[in-house]
Amino acid sequence: MTGSLASRAGVRQAGWLLAPALVWMGLFFVLPLLIVLLISFASRGAYGGVEWTFTLVNYRDLADPLYLWIYLRSCAFALATTGLCLCLGFPLAYYIARAPARWQGLWLMLVLVPFWTNFLVRTYAWMNVLRADGLLNRLLIATGFISEPVEILYTDLAVLIGLVYGYLPFMVLPLYAALERIDRSLIEAARDLYASGWTVFTRVIVPLAKPGIIAGCLLVFIPSLGAYITPDLLGGARSMMIGNFIQHEYLVVRDWPLGSAASFVLMAMVLVGMWGYQRTGGERPL
Amino acid sequence: MKGPAWRRRGLLAASLGNLFFLYLPIAVLIVYSFNAAKLAMTWQGFSLQWYAALARDHALIVACQNSVLIALVSTGVATLLGVSAAIGLERLPWRLRAWLDGALLLPLVIPEIMMGVALLLFFVLIKLPLGLLTVTIGHAAFNLPVVMVIVRARLRKLDPQLEEAARDLGATPWQAFRRVTLPLLMPAIVGAALLAFTVSLDDFVVTFFTAGPGATTLPLKVYSMIKTGISPEINALSAMLVVASMGLVALSLAVQRRRIFTH
Repeated sequence: MTGSLASRAGVRQAGWLLAPALVWMGLFFVLPLLIVLLISFASRGAYGGVEWTFTLVNYRDLADPLYLWIYLRSCAFALATTGLCLCLGFPLAYYIARAPARWQGLWLMLVLVPFWTNFLVRTYAWMNVLRADGLLNRLLIATGFISEPVEILYTDLAVLIGLVYGYLPFMVLPLYAALERIDRSLIEAARDLYASGWTVFTRVIVPLAKPGIIAGCLLVFIPSLGAYITPDLLGGARSMMIGNFIQHEYLVVRDWPLGSAASFVLMAMVLVGMWGYQRTGGERPL
Repeated sequence: MKGPAWRRRGLLAASLGNLFFLYLPIAVLIVYSFNAAKLAMTWQGFSLQWYAALARDHALIVACQNSVLIALVSTGVATLLGVSAAIGLERLPWRLRAWLDGALLLPLVIPEIMMGVALLLFFVLIKLPLGLLTVTIGHAAFNLPVVMVIVRARLRKLDPQLEEAARDLGATPWQAFRRVTLPLLMPAIVGAALLAFTVSLDDFVVTFFTAGPGATTLPLKVYSMIKTGISPEINALSAMLVVASMGLVALSLAVQRRRIFTH
């Protein structure tokens, strides 16, 4: 009896402690999102404002091949970024996980340090390397691979490099966490049973590292899908991704309803990804 | 590690290659911020002139002040509300707690640009003029869940018996919290606040949408400088930002780690 009374008082106390945060997030997070959702069903006013009539026309407009193309391109960029991060990050994560314990912390630190730098600055840093008279072109010319500088900056390739660079640590950390937990005796047992290196990799290491692989892929895929700075700075006029499209609709065209619909579709894609992750992660931890 | 030597060497080479990829652009940036040449890529001797030029840039100094002000206030709000929410959450029945836990993760996963445009629309609709206030509100909103997650992780590791023991020895709930739980949480709180401060200083996307013309922050200034053309001055500014944010995060980690060693 006293226990339930105490816990009821506890809940009331918890309510007071939680209230300020809930009010703040309700006002400045949930409510703005609801407004975006509402506006995505409104139509555009004559002077760029919003007319409050219910319509699905914005979502229908998004099915226009031009816009669909932007969504497809963004998905392709995000997939390619995820794949490249996995290919680059896996050997690194594996190496760190198998390194002597006292070195692991240092290696992880080295992976994380560039990541702490401002994203804008990290992206800008690549402009110095990729521009026509930049380091990469100079290196390629000096080594005789090319005779004329090639345009790398302001191309899709530059966007891809920037995305991989931006999100590589998101891949390495969960991969490391999963690989580090693998019991080495399992690998040795497979070897003792005459499994080749490749078989050990595909039949033992990859299945055991699966949660880390899935987590890493999502952590890379989600932010690259919504990337804004990278395509804006490194991409050319035609390297538009969803993020740039949304910004363009809001701030340049001032078509808020279409921009709102576009951002809701982006958010839905992200949430579906998260949901899929929770399903695989929650039901099958291995 | 077992396995043939070539495989080990291959892995090491791949790892070093990764590090090279991670550090190359930052190294180039820092090196060329000391380059005397105006056209950044040819080396014409060591010079601090671009750093000197930064110090003379009045708009830059104003942007710095704006950034620090926004970061201080928004970190204060996010920390106060986030810590209080973390403690409150711990006292909820688990079902409600699990539900709120999930809901509070949402701000961490939705695309930044979505948050930016949503806040922009909201502020325009309630007719709050875009400026320092709107940016600060937005920063506090995305930092609050960050603070909460960090403090909660620490809170969950605390032994509940410690507070109970304090109560058994006659402490009021407030005393038990103030004298037992809070000191144990302090490193996590300070670490979270430092991280929030760094995230706020670094934020571009949400700031970009909520700032309006009068409230230029450091990242907005960097962005407009980049958009007007690559110059050695941006290299110098970027190099300083690299050092500053690394210093802040290192500080945040050091604070969080010290608690692990002392307890």
